[in-house]
Amino acid sequence: MHELSVTQSLVDILLEEAQKRNVKKVTKVTVVIGELTGLESESIRFYFDVLSEDTVAKGAELVFKMIKAQFKCRQCGNIFERANFTFNCPVCGATGVLVDKGKEFYIESIEVE
Amino acid sequence: MEEIIIIRDVLEANNNVASENKAIKDERNILMVNIIGSPGAGKTSFILRAIEHLKVPCGVIEGDVTSDIDAKKMAEKKIPVVQINTGGSCHLNAGSVNRALQSLSFDNGIVFIENVGNLICPSEFELGEDFKLAMANVPEGDDKPYKYPALFTKAKAVVLNKIDMLPYFEFDKKFFYDGIRALNPDAPIFEVSARTGEGFGEFAKWLEEEYQKFRQNK
Repeated sequence: MHELSVTQSLVDILLEEAQKRNVKKVTKVTVVIGELTGLESESIRFYFDVLSEDTVAKGAELVFKMIKAQFKCRQCGNIFERANFTFNCPVCGATGVLVDKGKEFYIESIEVE
Repeated sequence: MEEIIIIRDVLEANNNVASENKAIKDERNILMVNIIGSPGAGKTSFILRAIEHLKVPCGVIEGDVTSDIDAKKMAEKKIPVVQINTGGSCHLNAGSVNRALQSLSFDNGIVFIENVGNLICPSEFELGEDFKLAMANVPEGDDKPYKYPALFTKAKAVVLNKIDMLPYFEFDKKFFYDGIRALNPDAPIFEVSARTGEGFGEFAKWLEEEYQKFRQNK
């Protein structure tokens, strides 16, 4: 549900960057989203279409780079992505600890005309 | 066609106001605790019970979509309180807390922010708090760290409320603790019952120590 507010912030930043450069049209936006932000790309896409209406970003293609959270096994050091309902290592079965990945949420780049 | 590299945090506008809030509350000697839990987790009862046990003066910022039911409960106990109504939004943001801080006549103590009941959205928005407190409870189940990892990753401490309900629910404590430990190895976990008061002595002692640390570090 919080995608509405975050998409508004995203559009605000886009328009600010576009204005700085006198851009007439933003054609593509690449956004990086970590799994732990809980943000859903489909909702962002939905709100983006509404919020970018009547702006230079109208109709821009949204590209999402989704980043999975990663865990490191306390026992064998294996780096792994979680399966549902467990944070345990798929190799040795010991518990993993979150490494600092999956919290990202930023605009990486835009393509403009 | 030209590609421009931007790399800008989408939530920077909120984060800037959050930093402002942090400076304001530091100036007023306030330790600010952002409490996040689902609807019905017992956040209001928890705050009321915690205040009974705390020797440090406390104030409250209540966040709700609508209504001032929770704020009235605080006011009845003569607790300084400000109500924020988000008017539909599922979380508090730094701007609303900024306005609440301005109208809260309270300094030198602990301010609890009761966020909107929700385990997802509130964890994404910094408010300028000193730390987040994640609240789980027995009836809602032992799988919450697995389903909502963001909150349990970001919280400084975890509260498991309604432990008086343990005999009536199949709540696997080991599964619950394992999930939290994978995400947040060092967070203290407090088992409490806001109904009976169990566990609040230990929680209050910890929070008072956090408050002392905050005052000393300033």
